[in-house]
Amino acid sequence: MFASFKDKIGEAVLPGDVFTLELPSPENKAKAEKLICGPGLRRDGDNVSVCKCGVLRHKPPNVFWIDSQQKRYVPVKGEAVIGIVTAKSGDIFKVDVGGSELASLSYLAFEGATKRNRPNVQVGDLVFGQFLIANKDMEPELVCIDSCGRANGMGVFGEGGLLFRVSLGLVRRLLVPQSELLAELSALFPCELVVGLNGRVWVKAASTQHTLILANLLQSAENMTAKQRQQLFRKVADGAL
Amino acid sequence: MDLEGAAKLSKNVLRMKFMQRSLDPEAKKQLEEDEKKVISEEHWFLDLPELTAHENVIVMERSFVSCEDLMFGRISFKGFNPEVEKLMAATNKSENTDDDEMSKMDTDITDEDMAMRYANLVGSIKKKFAKKREHASFEDEAPSLEKQAKRTFQKPSD
Repeated sequence: MFASFKDKIGEAVLPGDVFTLELPSPENKAKAEKLICGPGLRRDGDNVSVCKCGVLRHKPPNVFWIDSQQKRYVPVKGEAVIGIVTAKSGDIFKVDVGGSELASLSYLAFEGATKRNRPNVQVGDLVFGQFLIANKDMEPELVCIDSCGRANGMGVFGEGGLLFRVSLGLVRRLLVPQSELLAELSALFPCELVVGLNGRVWVKAASTQHTLILANLLQSAENMTAKQRQQLFRKVADGAL
Repeated sequence: MDLEGAAKLSKNVLRMKFMQRSLDPEAKKQLEEDEKKVISEEHWFLDLPELTAHENVIVMERSFVSCEDLMFGRISFKGFNPEVEKLMAATNKSENTDDDEMSKMDTDITDEDMAMRYANLVGSIKKKFAKKREHASFEDEAPSLEKQAKRTFQKPSD
């Protein structure tokens, strides 16, 4: 059923490419398998067409998506991002998440916040939160608690660290399970990272120098082969920088 | 006053409950049809092509998180932020070591412990269900209690 997809796994695809689904005929009792289309694929009637250029990826049994390079973030429900509080207005904060529109963040959407007990959030603060509403027709809404009302690592953060932007592809490379990049970073020195899926990364280490090294490493890792990167990391570990 | 104007009542007045009796069946039908029309016009519907046919076959997923199994974005190395490391350990454990936890749960109470516990339980449960007279036989097994327990009635002296 997914034959047209399976031929192209790992190959580059372009917007406009069309995959056809060979649906089993209604007389055939075999039940049609579900197809999960990830980012970069869209349904077009009975076909699936490509709407981003990149490499077609597959996760068994039936998930397909396009691995693409881009810098523009489009909010998606449930994704955890780093936002910058830009305005306070009444009972909501306006948060810049790098999307086309500012996201709103209710002051009640923090752990332990009540109407009487407001969270201490100032304009300019960094917040790590997830999207509750992310819809192309509506203003995105951010929350800093999970469904149980716990913070679980979300909320206001960022004293003494450094925030910078990388591409969305690098962020995903950092967060995939058993990430090589992350394993190499963990061998260097004590440090902390907050990685938002909107391409913002915040780093902090024991000294300003180390923080800067970390930031430069991550930014240069964007366009390096694995070998080059390993060389550079070894140099840093030896104390060359 | 104009008599003709008075005879013609407005539709809204005719629809009221106390006016229903005086209406003739034809006018009643007319009113009901008008009402139906108004309701159906008020309802919105989308003029869409047949997208619903294969809705159950193709599922759209807009996030990379579920496709690539991305981790949560808070990371700390070498004990820089113990709180975050605890969080990382908790989220990673729940993801990849479900089997390990199951085996750990098994070893919590060993088979020997379980057997000992049940062996003791047999005696105490038996005692619980025994009748009063049978209790004595159980107490025989505890000789230290026996001597105290055997008391006879003592006649009071006058």
